[in-house]
Amino acid sequence: MSFDSILFYLLAIVLVVAAFRVITATSPVTGVLHLILTFFTASMLWMLIQAEFLALALMIVYVGAVMVLFLFVVMMLDMRMEGLKSGLKVYLPLGLTIGGVMVLEMAFVVLRSWGDASALPAPADDFDNTLALGTAMYTHFAYAVQIGGLILLVGMIAAIALTMRKRSDYKRTNPGKQVRVTASDRIRIVQMPSVVDTPAEQSEGAEK
Amino acid sequence: MMQIGLSHYLIVGAILFAIGVFGFFLNRRNLIVLLMSIELILLSANMNFVAFSIWSGNPAGQVFVFFVLTVAAAEAAIGLAILVLLFRNLSTLNVDKLDQLKG
Amino acid sequence: MTAQSLYLLIALAPLASAVLVGLFATGFMGSWIGRRGAHGLTILGVAVSFVGSLIVLQQVLAGQTFDGMIYTWSMIGPFKFEIGFLIDSLSALMMVVVTGVSLMVHIYTIGYMADDPGYNRFFSYISLFTFSMLMLVMSNNMLQLFFGWEAVGLVSYLLIGFYYSKPSAVFANLKAFMVNRVGDFGFVLGIGLLYAYAGSLNYAEVFSQADKLGGIVFPGTDWQMLTVACLCLFVGAMGKSAQAPLHVWLPDSMEGPTPISALIHAATMVTAGIFMVARFSPVYELSETALSVIMVIGAFGALFLGILGVVQNDIKRVVAYSTLSQLGYMVVALGASAYSVAIFHLMTHAFFKALLFLGSGSVIMGMMHDQDMRHMGGLWKRMPITWITMLIGTLALVGTPFFSGFYSKESIIAAAEAANIPGAGFAYALTLTGVFVTSLYSFRLVFLVFHGKERYAEHDDHGHDHDHAHGHGEGHWVSHGDGPSVHSLHGAKPKESPWVVTLPLSILAVMSVGAGVWFVDPLLFNGYFGKSITVLAQHPAMAALAEEWHGWVGFGLHGLTSVPFLLLLAGFVVAWYCWLINPAVPAAIARTFAPVYRLLDNKYYFDWFNEQVLARFARNLGRGLWQGGDRGIIDGLIVNGSARLVGATAATTRLLQSGYIYHYAFAMIIGIMVFLTFFVLMVH
Repeated sequence: MSFDSILFYLLAIVLVVAAFRVITATSPVTGVLHLILTFFTASMLWMLIQAEFLALALMIVYVGAVMVLFLFVVMMLDMRMEGLKSGLKVYLPLGLTIGGVMVLEMAFVVLRSWGDASALPAPADDFDNTLALGTAMYTHFAYAVQIGGLILLVGMIAAIALTMRKRSDYKRTNPGKQVRVTASDRIRIVQMPSVVDTPAEQSEGAEK
Repeated sequence: MMQIGLSHYLIVGAILFAIGVFGFFLNRRNLIVLLMSIELILLSANMNFVAFSIWSGNPAGQVFVFFVLTVAAAEAAIGLAILVLLFRNLSTLNVDKLDQLKG
Repeated sequence: MTAQSLYLLIALAPLASAVLVGLFATGFMGSWIGRRGAHGLTILGVAVSFVGSLIVLQQVLAGQTFDGMIYTWSMIGPFKFEIGFLIDSLSALMMVVVTGVSLMVHIYTIGYMADDPGYNRFFSYISLFTFSMLMLVMSNNMLQLFFGWEAVGLVSYLLIGFYYSKPSAVFANLKAFMVNRVGDFGFVLGIGLLYAYAGSLNYAEVFSQADKLGGIVFPGTDWQMLTVACLCLFVGAMGKSAQAPLHVWLPDSMEGPTPISALIHAATMVTAGIFMVARFSPVYELSETALSVIMVIGAFGALFLGILGVVQNDIKRVVAYSTLSQLGYMVVALGASAYSVAIFHLMTHAFFKALLFLGSGSVIMGMMHDQDMRHMGGLWKRMPITWITMLIGTLALVGTPFFSGFYSKESIIAAAEAANIPGAGFAYALTLTGVFVTSLYSFRLVFLVFHGKERYAEHDDHGHDHDHAHGHGEGHWVSHGDGPSVHSLHGAKPKESPWVVTLPLSILAVMSVGAGVWFVDPLLFNGYFGKSITVLAQHPAMAALAEEWHGWVGFGLHGLTSVPFLLLLAGFVVAWYCWLINPAVPAAIARTFAPVYRLLDNKYYFDWFNEQVLARFARNLGRGLWQGGDRGIIDGLIVNGSARLVGATAATTRLLQSGYIYHYAFAMIIGIMVFLTFFVLMVH
């Protein structure tokens, strides 16, 4: 019983429990926090098998950005969690049963195929996980990297386009409407009689 | 206890998958939980990828995890944007109320 | 002018005048031509045809015949549909009769329809009829025959329903058309059979193959094809020439104005069937079954339909039933293979029956369009010309020796006696008895109308309320298609009709007397018809007649001592007694033999059968198919049912779309589970 195994089982149990608490959380904030815990634990699990780049990427990108985003949204929206207990109590046994069956099936398949796999192969001393990943990404998978960037760009545009509300505290010009303006929209000419200037009025006007 | 092997990680992934799937349709009340369940499912897939990648020494699996992360982030962002819009219009995130697509 | 142009002129002159008058005088395309123009144009057209027909007759007597195609209407592969003329002795005779009687009727109409608003329309129709009938008799192929057949049926429909606002007239014209249609159904079948087996519609080509056709038997049965074809053709003749049971339309056709009763339903259209059978004599001779059937049907009509004439009170109905009876005589002659006798009787009948109808019309005019014989009487003083001519016509009809009808009717009875096919004896007995019946109703008519007490005076006095009782219907007769607007004398006395009416009567009276004496010898026994009529040697009627023939004088004197003349005298005496001396007798007989009287009054229940059984069956069948079949099955079950099925299926399938996203996800999970299980099993 090596330290690795104990650590693994500890982390695995925490992972499973946290995941379970995500879906059975009473308030959404609790759920998000548990999700953060889940990701944290998963990251540690990956660190255990020496996939350190991804472990850290998970932490930084996922927990640091996506989960924070979740938290923002959850706290921004004033959500009511009504009808929580009733729905869960009814369906929980059924869900657990079917879920258990599913896991057993998958486990069965997995064990059958890879049950007797060897232990983790020990890497070379100067094996750099990040370097290996970087080399692979920017040579074999360069195209995919570009597409990934594009996906992020589209996602950003979509998110902004969906949720942006116009501010009402400043006026803006609409160039399209501006160009279509005609003189009659701006000036109204009123008939005025011509006036004959008398000397008295002229002097009054000059004084003023 | 036995030595930690590939199948351990795979089973962990399977359990996460099951939890995520059942969280997806067990919850009746909250759309946020839906999105979080999706994240769990993605995590389980990532777990599998990483495990296989390390045990076979092929970095392609981890590269793929990278991209899954990217896409998941984009998807989470857009999903939350939609959720915000929904909340603005309906003032509730009760999934049971979202049945306008009923046939 | 060439022969072809002469024939075309004869046929098309009435058509041209009919079209001109029809378009430009009736208000259809304006009223450019007035009344005088209308009758002038049409009479000109028919007169041209009549003169042309006389010229043609002269040419034919000199031996110049014609059988050729004028115009190819269409060609579909090897099938040619042509318009052509066959001018031989038979068609020349028919042409003269048709145009002659038509001319008489045209002149008569000027007087009869003088105060009718549909004057111009009437002239257009009768000219159109003349054209149609001419096309029928001049044709040299079955298609043109059928065209003429249908066209005369159409014009008959138009004319019977001339007073188109009168419901009884509309009923009558529909009835005529439909009964004709039933006949035409058989007619087309007959034409089709002949066409199928002979390969041509042309008479000459079909008749030249007559022997070969006679040998064809339908496979699987022993029905001779020619028998079936001839019987089918005769069904058409039954419809057109009003043989039982398709005779029911002719009494009702008296709803039309009297001139057309004379022209169409006495002299020309109803004789189209007789003409057709005579024309097809080469094929009829080869089928004894058909000849027997024809004879029996004709004999039945000759006697039993004549009996119905005894109980009629409308003057025109009596003459109508007389027509039916005489048509039966003609058909008996056809069945006895005495085709020339049938055509001869057709000609004499055209003259005296047209005379009788036109004379009745004159009486009706004098009685201000009151047609009930019970209201007439003693008219001989007031309408002398009408009386004389009608008496002549009656004498001709009953077969008084030396009048035209005598020669033709006696020949028919003698032919029936001499024929040797099954049914000849039956026909002889019936035609002989028919002489008594004919005499009875004819003299009844004469005595009721012209002699005895003047009943119109007393009818008028206490008839006013009677008039107003059935005046309801007449009140509606105010629009264009109505009948005459005055329906009783109202105190005036009947007077003789104008010369335009009495002139045709006189001409026809002369023909009724002379046609027999002048034409019997050449027509029957001097081979006038020649090649246009074929008689085989095994049907000896004509030969037997020829043996007995010693000239018209001898025949006439011999007739004075024969059985038919005794029957004629018996009929005269009975009619004189019953309706002149002792008018209570007929009523007493009617009471004693009440069931028989009821049977006769209901016209042997033919009409009842047609209306209650056949028509009702057809209407119920239609209604059943409409509501059950069309609305129930097709609309309800198939059309709406399939729509409802689609709707029901959709409604059930729709439940899968709950709108809840977790339901959809659950479906996906189930799918994944299934796959998983599948893989688990596969791994094993």
